[in-house]
Amino acid sequence: MIVTKKDDGFVADTPNGLSESESGEYNLRLYVAGQTPKSLAAIANLKKLCENNLAGRYTIDVVDLLVTPQLAAGDQIVALPTLVRRLPPPLKRVIGDLSNTERVLVGLDIRPKTGSST
Amino acid sequence: MAAKRTKADTSANASRPASLSKTPTGIKGLDAITLGGFPKGRPTLLCGAAGCGKTLFAMTFLVNGVNKFGEPGVLMSFEERARDLETNVASLGYDVAELVERKQLVIDHVYIERAEIEESGEYDLEGLFVRLGYAIDSIGAKRVVLDTIEALFSGLDDTAILRSELRRLFAWLKDKGVTAIITGERGEGQLTRYGIEEYVSDCVILLDNRVEDQVTTRRLRVVKYRGSSHGTNEYPFLIDEHGISVLPITAAELGHKISRESVSTGVSGLDDMLGIRGYFRGSSILISGLAGTGKSTFASAFVNAACERGERCLFFAFEESPDQIVRNMASVGFKLDQHIDSGLLDFRAARPSLYGFEMHLARMNRDIDDFAPQVIVVDPISAFRGPSSEIHSTLIRLADICKSKGITALFTSLSSSGEQMTESERSVSSLMDTWISLKDMEANGERNRVLYLLKSRGMNHSKQLREYQLTNHGVHMVDAYVGPDGVLTGTARIAQEAREREAGLSRKQATERRRREVARKRAAVDRQIAELRAALETEEAEMATLIEQEEARELAHGTERSEMAAIRGVRS
Repeated sequence: MIVTKKDDGFVADTPNGLSESESGEYNLRLYVAGQTPKSLAAIANLKKLCENNLAGRYTIDVVDLLVTPQLAAGDQIVALPTLVRRLPPPLKRVIGDLSNTERVLVGLDIRPKTGSST
Repeated sequence: MAAKRTKADTSANASRPASLSKTPTGIKGLDAITLGGFPKGRPTLLCGAAGCGKTLFAMTFLVNGVNKFGEPGVLMSFEERARDLETNVASLGYDVAELVERKQLVIDHVYIERAEIEESGEYDLEGLFVRLGYAIDSIGAKRVVLDTIEALFSGLDDTAILRSELRRLFAWLKDKGVTAIITGERGEGQLTRYGIEEYVSDCVILLDNRVEDQVTTRRLRVVKYRGSSHGTNEYPFLIDEHGISVLPITAAELGHKISRESVSTGVSGLDDMLGIRGYFRGSSILISGLAGTGKSTFASAFVNAACERGERCLFFAFEESPDQIVRNMASVGFKLDQHIDSGLLDFRAARPSLYGFEMHLARMNRDIDDFAPQVIVVDPISAFRGPSSEIHSTLIRLADICKSKGITALFTSLSSSGEQMTESERSVSSLMDTWISLKDMEANGERNRVLYLLKSRGMNHSKQLREYQLTNHGVHMVDAYVGPDGVLTGTARIAQEAREREAGLSRKQATERRRREVARKRAAVDRQIAELRAALETEEAEMATLIEQEEARELAHGTERSEMAAIRGVRS
């Protein structure tokens, strides 16, 4: 269920995401820059995390900013890797290689903050 | 060492390949202080407390880059949104939106809200690099501004990562070959709050906005500049609707060209007192005097005369509004409004308390540059309050600016009553080529005005105390009466003159009388001599008769004797 974005194909993706949000789906986008160890770790961590917690309720885009740098400004990307929860609203951001699962789940509002004790 | 090296560079002018090339900021004065601008292809740190104009400075750098030097620029703002920025700098007359439209400028607002970001594991700031790199490449930018990059510290937790990433960022900017300005908030005990001056160390400029006696003055200082000499003082700068201008350094040497030409003072009597029939062109003149002695009137006379010669005049008024000056001067016959209409005369009026002294100077300097006058008047310099050292240095700079441009500058100064000089007078006296002192003479229940020339360099001038009158057709000089009782003016002078006339008349009459008496005496003596002579003559005549009779008798007597002898019988 991983779509690796290489182009501006994500625009066509948006209405699709909207309909999914109504059904409680998570539309996640992971920004990385190249195939760095951090990027690869983030992708792997994210995949594992979604399978464990959001099985069947998520879509993931991976945006490589080395390929499409013009997308960085739009989502206010500063740090990399950045995971953006585009749907459901509101917009949420988690930065880092997502190695701390608890904080990712809190950041994505999948688990309430009170429950997170690392 | 560095300073020496660059000095050699500037004199040899790029004869060495290694000389530091510079990116001009286009900000008047700043390029003079930094001898050409910021180091090309290197980051410069611009730091200062809140509200001292960092963003405007940086924006001016970018806008000038586009408009004056054809170098596109990128502004990465961590604090203000692009639209707010556009509005803010519109007050300086910059149309940023239009530059963005023309693809000469990119504004990227980096928004970081700690509450919206969760950190999980290792990260870096590659995203920022990507954005910046993309912005630079999209328009071929040569200039980059990172406006308060320290905002990152409040948005992200891991300062260790931030610090190493910032170091990497600045190195990356150097590699990119862009001239960058990094702004930073002034911190406690260090130049920036998070100590980023550690990473940006080629050129550091410190902006300051100080309040002294409820008056703020913006100042700028080049803290360091690797590989270049630079002005080291604090320089006042100005932000207003004309943009930013930094007051340049006082020329260290007294090398300005001087003129031998004289310009009329506008008062013919005063022209006569000055050996060259006027002031030297390009000289500095101080007119000091008590309240109501006509300082502004003398200044206006000069301005009026200059305008009639077709010269451009700039009148800095710090006490009266232009309208008021025009009206008041009309009463002494100077039609200044005509000169305003013809564009030869312009007023710049401001309250002295509006800015600090140095800000006023910066403003005047800019106005002089804009208007290019041959004559300026500052009325009065005594309106400025402040520490004398500051007034002194500021007036030196102003006088210096005028002299270097060949502008004849007339300053008025209000003296305090009493003989001692005011602070401003003392501090500027050595700068002035001609100093006219206006005085009040109070006697016999009236007040009269006199002036004298305290000094006038390079000409033989009158040392006399002269009375003057402000009439409805200008200033009129009167000969002051200097007599045994001191200087007399006004009605006392007129009375004294009358007394003198009277005394002269009676002296004349007395002489006449003496002459007549002597003549009479002479006649009497002559008469006596004649009488005596007549008496003598009579006596002489009598004497002659007597002698004759005596002789006759003697003769007769002799004859008788011989006859008698004969008779006695004695024959001989």
